[in-house]
Amino acid sequence: MPSRDFPKVRLHIVTGKGGTGKSTVAAALALGLASAGRNVLLCEVEGRQGIARMFDVEPLPYAERRIATGLPGPDGQRGGVVHALHIDPESALLEYLSMYYKLGRAGKALDRFGVVEFATTIAPGVRDVLLTGKVYEATKRNSRNKKAVTYDAVVLDAPPTGRIAQFLGVNQELAGLARMGPIKSQADSVTTLFRSARTAVHLVTVLEEMPVQETADGIAELREHGLPVGGVVVNQVRPRDLDDHDLAAVRAGKVTKRKLTADLNRAGLTGAGDLVVGLLAEAADHAQRRELEDAQRAVVDELGLPTYELPLLVGGVDLGGLYELAALVRDQGLA
Amino acid sequence: MIGGRALDVDALLDDRDTGIIVCCGSGGVGKTTISAALALRAAERGRKVVVLTIDPARRLAQAMGIEALDNTPHPVRNAGGQGGSLDAMMLDMKRTFDEVVESQASPEKARQILGNPFYVALSSSFAGTQEYMAMEKLGQIHADAQRDGGYDLIVVDTPPSRSALDFLDAPERLSSFLDGRFIKLLLAPAKGPARLMSAGLGIVTNALTKVLGAHVLRDMQTFVAAFDTLFGGFRQRAQKTFELLQADGTAFLVVAAPEPDALREAAYFVERLSEDEMPLAGLVVNRASPVTQDDVSAEEAMAAAQRLRKQDAESLTAGLLRLHADRVRMVEREALLRRRLEAAHPQVPTAVVPSLAGDVHDLRGLRQVGALLAGERPT
Repeated sequence: MPSRDFPKVRLHIVTGKGGTGKSTVAAALALGLASAGRNVLLCEVEGRQGIARMFDVEPLPYAERRIATGLPGPDGQRGGVVHALHIDPESALLEYLSMYYKLGRAGKALDRFGVVEFATTIAPGVRDVLLTGKVYEATKRNSRNKKAVTYDAVVLDAPPTGRIAQFLGVNQELAGLARMGPIKSQADSVTTLFRSARTAVHLVTVLEEMPVQETADGIAELREHGLPVGGVVVNQVRPRDLDDHDLAAVRAGKVTKRKLTADLNRAGLTGAGDLVVGLLAEAADHAQRRELEDAQRAVVDELGLPTYELPLLVGGVDLGGLYELAALVRDQGLA
Repeated sequence: MIGGRALDVDALLDDRDTGIIVCCGSGGVGKTTISAALALRAAERGRKVVVLTIDPARRLAQAMGIEALDNTPHPVRNAGGQGGSLDAMMLDMKRTFDEVVESQASPEKARQILGNPFYVALSSSFAGTQEYMAMEKLGQIHADAQRDGGYDLIVVDTPPSRSALDFLDAPERLSSFLDGRFIKLLLAPAKGPARLMSAGLGIVTNALTKVLGAHVLRDMQTFVAAFDTLFGGFRQRAQKTFELLQADGTAFLVVAAPEPDALREAAYFVERLSEDEMPLAGLVVNRASPVTQDDVSAEEAMAAAQRLRKQDAESLTAGLLRLHADRVRMVEREALLRRRLEAAHPQVPTAVVPSLAGDVHDLRGLRQVGALLAGERPT
């Protein structure tokens, strides 16, 4: 079934500051959305082959490829299918030329002349237009693309927050440059989709000052460009092993070496001098970190958007971890 | 330290033969903070330092007085000791590019170029422009310092590119792009697009015109023609800066966080630096989980926590033990990741910087990081 919080959205765009785990969240979202028989496409556009790494497969070609089964449905229904697509601008251009201009072989000639390289590197924004164009095509499906799978949802592992508004808004700017012609009408369609209720941009952050600040800035920029903001995913949340009551006790200095030593002895950890010192230091660090995290949480709350939290996976992110996160994402209503 | 050699940061900063320190690594590892911390520490140890930052956090930029983007270094107040000083600046990529164009072309041609939409796009969003301009700025600052006897140490932060290697590749990519096949064809001497000889090229320009529109193609040609005289200059400058990076007075530091992606990038970087014969001074593992001083394992701590919980469901000590177990597991995991890196690259001197409980956003915080880099540990 569709996302509980975003039922009309068919294109979920996931952005975030570098290091916040944006790709992990995108993959988890795709798995979560692909429950109960739904088909989902997970795509990436930055050439990093992050999807292949996360799902532990060979580097992906420019082709939609089945990569995982979705999360089983809440009533045990068989999970749907997640496909993956690695989009690179050169292949997108060649596909576009062959679809619209039947430039199959001549397309290869273009490549020899260095035109494909030129177009994807300098013609202003063409690279981003090609990338977003392919995402658009995968979402709306072009009738010229025979045998294409129709997806219930597309998840885009998008460029980072600092660049996202520019990336998504490129079609507008290009429409300005290419004042008429096929590129312009395509650009207009893409802009229309990106600004519609069928799209949502979710921002991933961690509870630290800079990422949260960038999230706020990113949201403002997206809104300036008329792009629909979805939710905020607070990722890599560290364990909160002390509840508020205990945290208050730590902060009030109520934890003494004597009490700790007594408790540890009772628990069978004798001769634990270093441990006591260590526990006290860790407690102080933890209290300080929690204070900062709570402050950042408050900032995130003030953004007024649906917010989701995902834990830090201490053992690293593997396939099992992705399914764990997918379940959490679904339980919280994002997927 | 797990096996491996320790990086002597103070020795690096004190070495008068080192005039440039470049901090590279993937995004999100704290490069800017590390760069600023190194620069501050060097200044307080008597060097005349300038730090070139790319995207400092707002509060840190404020604390260092570099919020104003005027693309030139400014002194940082209350920094420096023993005769040293610290200047800082934030790179303005577009401005740097404009400066290069203006310095290379006649005023008339410069105006033509700066106004062309292709140039505007190239100078602000071409993948690699930021990296190229950071190098360009480094070259300028270095040349000025040599000439005026100013700074004796330049610390360079690098752009948060998706891949640590963009930094080395981008300048070459930009210059070879400007020198590219298609551009050369567009410039085919004394021939306009309609008169290009080869039939193949006719198809190409027709296709491009169809796909992009005639205006775009014409703008492109205007841009390319105007830019023609600068190509050689760009290539030359990029080459000179590359040589500067390879020279003896330069030291590279790879910054990583103890996470698989960051360490993987660090490994590629180490390999690439050695291939390009660039002097790698060491690896900085930033934001490491602070090591525990006792020898209680995670399992023992968890077992003890459970015992306490049975007696008192709200035992605070049990909570602390669980925290401790988390910490031990994180430290173990990080150690494992680092061991893998070390196995592949055993000779890289390493400094481990434990994470601070809070963010670094002022000189005091930078001093703390500097002290941790130098191996000082809080008592």
